[in-house]
Amino acid sequence: MSLTLAEKIMSRLAGRTVRADDFIEVGPDWTFSLDDGIGLVDRYFNLYNVQSLAAPEKIAVFYDHFAPADTPQHAHVQRLGRKLCERFGIKQLYDVGEGISHQVSVERGIVRPGQMVTNTDSHTLTVGAVGAVGCGIGVAEMAFLWTYGRLWFMVPPSIRMELRGQLAPGVAAKDLVLSILQRVSARGAQYASVEYHGAALASLGIADRMTLCNMGVEMGAKFATVPGDEITRRHYTALGIDVGDMPQPDPGATYALRHEFDLSSVEPMVSAPHKVDNVHTVRAIGRIAVNQAFLGTCTNGRFEDMAAAAAILKGRRVAAGVRMVVTPASRAVYLRALNEGVLSTLIEAGCTVTTPGCGACAGIHQGVLAAEEVCISSSSRNFLGRMGNREASVYLGSPATVAASAVTGFITDPREFSAA
Amino acid sequence: MQLSGKATVLGDDIDTDVIYPGRYLAVLDPVSQSTHLFESLPGDLRKRVGEGGVIVAGWNFGCGSSREHAVTSMLGAGVRLVVARSFSRIYFRNAINNGLAVVTCPQLVDLVADGDGVEVDLAAGLARCPRGECEFAPLAAPLLAIVSAGGLWASVAANRDTVT
Repeated sequence: MSLTLAEKIMSRLAGRTVRADDFIEVGPDWTFSLDDGIGLVDRYFNLYNVQSLAAPEKIAVFYDHFAPADTPQHAHVQRLGRKLCERFGIKQLYDVGEGISHQVSVERGIVRPGQMVTNTDSHTLTVGAVGAVGCGIGVAEMAFLWTYGRLWFMVPPSIRMELRGQLAPGVAAKDLVLSILQRVSARGAQYASVEYHGAALASLGIADRMTLCNMGVEMGAKFATVPGDEITRRHYTALGIDVGDMPQPDPGATYALRHEFDLSSVEPMVSAPHKVDNVHTVRAIGRIAVNQAFLGTCTNGRFEDMAAAAAILKGRRVAAGVRMVVTPASRAVYLRALNEGVLSTLIEAGCTVTTPGCGACAGIHQGVLAAEEVCISSSSRNFLGRMGNREASVYLGSPATVAASAVTGFITDPREFSAA
Repeated sequence: MQLSGKATVLGDDIDTDVIYPGRYLAVLDPVSQSTHLFESLPGDLRKRVGEGGVIVAGWNFGCGSSREHAVTSMLGAGVRLVVARSFSRIYFRNAINNGLAVVTCPQLVDLVADGDGVEVDLAAGLARCPRGECEFAPLAAPLLAIVSAGGLWASVAANRDTVT
């Protein structure tokens, strides 16, 4: 029987062959939660008098959404979480400053190819970049999973995305994923597992693949994954980890849909307010003045993203009247950007650098917008009110587009700078 | 499980930031959460959906974040049923696992106007409103059992004081 990668991974967990639309009760390989959910976990544990956990070794907790705490309430739930981890023997607590769960779990090799990850965060699809599958779930069910070790899941149908060609200079994985969103729409992969394939993957590194998988959720997908290959293996080898055989989808597996994308035809794209699939070329967007440029998040807060922005900002200044906020996705990203001089370039250009984490993305702290303000952001969501103000507007673009726009003060095609 | 109420009709792609803003994630109690429900939308939407108890929406309801506050704040406000053309998967899970009834039924969405009375038999897959009746595929039996019990925890914890 030929299986997709999602079917193969979920079959291993179920202990029998399962296919798309099957209903299973399993314990995923990893069950993560975050500072924005841990207070609720504590509430459920108290309500239902939970005394011990099924598998604390499969749990990690990451403080990324409001770390360090910006309000007494946020400080309180972080404190509850620390006490909870201690009481229940949860050894992996990545506290203030360590970074975003998806980034930390990939860059440290916590998540391995062929694993299934659940996390109380919708962008958990990001871990698909290393041949794993990941999905977001709620907190009530996460607290339940921690307690009982099992939870119901449906096996998703798969959509096969065939990528060919190469991105042109100045065009990034973010532009590619925005192009895909433009074609398939915000509900074009509803409930599906998106599998990326094709010769073009040889030119897309782990950072690019994380961006690609990350925004799968904006198409409605459950999983987005790049089956493990030599690039994946190199990522783990560099960490001193031998991943062995990485599970692959079988030839002849059943796909509900197939799409093909030619990377060479992609150009810099932006998603305009207030829908992620309201995608346009930067060329055609017109003259949009920006007040804030935001570089960071699980979508685009990696070293490669910082370096792409620095390449444009080197020897230039952020325009008067614009503030550029830079939030590294993790401590490791922060440190590498520091050691390689990328941060000096950004700071000299006028950027503000914040603590690693989710930063301004969810409108919680570190770059909330005022009414009528416009932000060009490397994040993944531009919903009404997303960055803390319902009268503000958020445009989504690549790190290079964010940097180019910060320099001119208007949403700008980064290729205008690449010839300089 | 029978549910009825007065419908508030919303559009497509209603996202979790619109339903429940991210800056209130540390609010843990559903009734307190409900004061922030639909905060970014103008008017008295929170009051209307709470009084009517039924939301009727378009495609991709609840897209975006995994925050279950988007479900529990509705429960705290008095919402008991959401009918949509389709649901975003995490919202769907959160609804089931927190005991909020969800019905996927594009035909019913076509029939219902804002303020209409809506009656639903979840197990039978039957819905009724002033402009007519329609059938929908009931939830899978295990999911129906969870919703009927009032959520995942309630479905197993009803008969014991201490878990594990």
